[in-house]
Amino acid sequence: MTLRDGWEMVVGLEVHTELKTYTKMFCGCANAFGAAPNTLVCPVCLGLPGSLPVLNVRAVELAMAIGTALQSTISPSTFHRKNYFYPDMPKDFQISQYDLPINVGGYLDLPDGSRVAIERAHLEEDTGKSTHLGGGGRIHGADRSLVDYNRSGVPLVEIVSGPDIRSSAQARTYAAELRGILIATGASDGRMEEGSVRIDANVSVRRSGEPLGTRCEIKNLNSLRSLVRAIDFEAARQVELLEGGGTVRQETRHWDENLGSTSTMRVKEEADDYRYFREPDLVDLVPDQAWQDRVRDGLQPMPAERRAVLTQRLGDRAPALRDALEVVIDLGLDPYVIAALDAEVDADLAFARAANEIASDLVHVDNLSVESYVATLRMEQSGDLSATQAKTVLVEILANGGEPVSIAQSKGFERLASGALGEVVAKLIEENPDEWSRYRDGNEKLAQFFIGQVMKLTKGQANGKEVIAALQARR
Amino acid sequence: MASLRREDVAHVAKLARLTMSDAELDKFTAQLGQVLDHAGDMNALDLEGVIPTAHPFGLINVVRDDERRACLDHDVVIAMAPDAEDGRFAVPRILGEAP
Repeated sequence: MTLRDGWEMVVGLEVHTELKTYTKMFCGCANAFGAAPNTLVCPVCLGLPGSLPVLNVRAVELAMAIGTALQSTISPSTFHRKNYFYPDMPKDFQISQYDLPINVGGYLDLPDGSRVAIERAHLEEDTGKSTHLGGGGRIHGADRSLVDYNRSGVPLVEIVSGPDIRSSAQARTYAAELRGILIATGASDGRMEEGSVRIDANVSVRRSGEPLGTRCEIKNLNSLRSLVRAIDFEAARQVELLEGGGTVRQETRHWDENLGSTSTMRVKEEADDYRYFREPDLVDLVPDQAWQDRVRDGLQPMPAERRAVLTQRLGDRAPALRDALEVVIDLGLDPYVIAALDAEVDADLAFARAANEIASDLVHVDNLSVESYVATLRMEQSGDLSATQAKTVLVEILANGGEPVSIAQSKGFERLASGALGEVVAKLIEENPDEWSRYRDGNEKLAQFFIGQVMKLTKGQANGKEVIAALQARR
Repeated sequence: MASLRREDVAHVAKLARLTMSDAELDKFTAQLGQVLDHAGDMNALDLEGVIPTAHPFGLINVVRDDERRACLDHDVVIAMAPDAEDGRFAVPRILGEAP
């Protein structure tokens, strides 16, 4: 969506991600989603008098990993108490970082070529979860809230972008790329639907070339789709207000996904209304260079680098495969695709089966080895399996595990039985040139060597006489 | 000379959910003003080259390993709640969302 002529939107995003630690930020309670209410709590995360917080080293390292991936300067930092009264925060304050965050500055380069500045990425603790009952005309409904403190004290990193985003599409690209980075660093599972990644959007509008307008903060954005819709709605609302001679009031607004609109939640409090002050129970966090280097050395390649590797492999075929490539990068399936390309599987096939069949059953991806993926695609490419049969084999392996040749046989994909054996034999010949030449020179004992290898690769599924026949045929 | 205004004290009291009488506001405006003035006196010193004291102990990087420890029993937790329902703390409904 574009704004009316002459108007420009200015957007900055605050992305909160829960960190994938075993325990909470300041106590040894498990950091887990979905446990029975108030079973993962202790005096520290319930804010009982006399309890003291101790910082989780893993949370610090994941925050440093995020900062490193975003080109931030990892800096000496401190913790503050952010004071407010709300039942989901039993201490009546949230421990956060204020003027000295652990990650300062940085940037994120997007696939569309734009760069979004990162202002900071700081550590803080999550709050409990409230469920509101009653009201809304329920006759006997008690007008009260129920609170579960299992989430209270779960470690978070809040990543604050600069006001560099100029469209809802760019906001979406930024959020998606950042999500990919959070997954690649191991900091987050990236699940927006479970609330482990949450986004607030700061939106303002201005006539092109003018100074920044007054901004509103939009909360409750639980999906990339909500993010796009909410930004478009809010920018259009502000333009209409200003063109009608009104002014934008700085406030926090709530996005209603069903209504497709934002509404006032509260007028923005000034920062010092939270009465921030230093958390006296925690000391400074000052990661030295050696610690920073260890975190950097432990990082896996980021999405941009993996995208570049695949794009380079594809050469001039990359543009046509762009959508599948993004799915593969987003889901972390590039090891499958690269192995298939290495085995000279056609790029269309290598991407299509990953972006469709594997992507459709991602929760079971561990059932499918890279080798089985490549073997199935090779059989499809050689004609031993039809496309439908190859898909069936992949779906079956993902669902229940197993090995492609035996599954194809058990499904009665007849052509495979001999063809796939030929494939295995050809591969062994290629890999064992010495043994093969001795066998060709008449050393019959080496047939046993090849049969043994075939049995190993097919987990005993092959027929020994057929193996000898396949060897003879190639002799 | 007090630099703190009476309205500032009333504002902070409101944020802290403290009710104050007019007499208390006068009293605390004077007292808190003295504290702030003292900080102002120190700010006026030439402290070029003095390293800020972040914490009296001088410790940094106090962390623990990411290892689970026992939580409280659910029954013990709920017994502390003023009221409970469904294994959760029941509190008067607060309008709106958390800040």
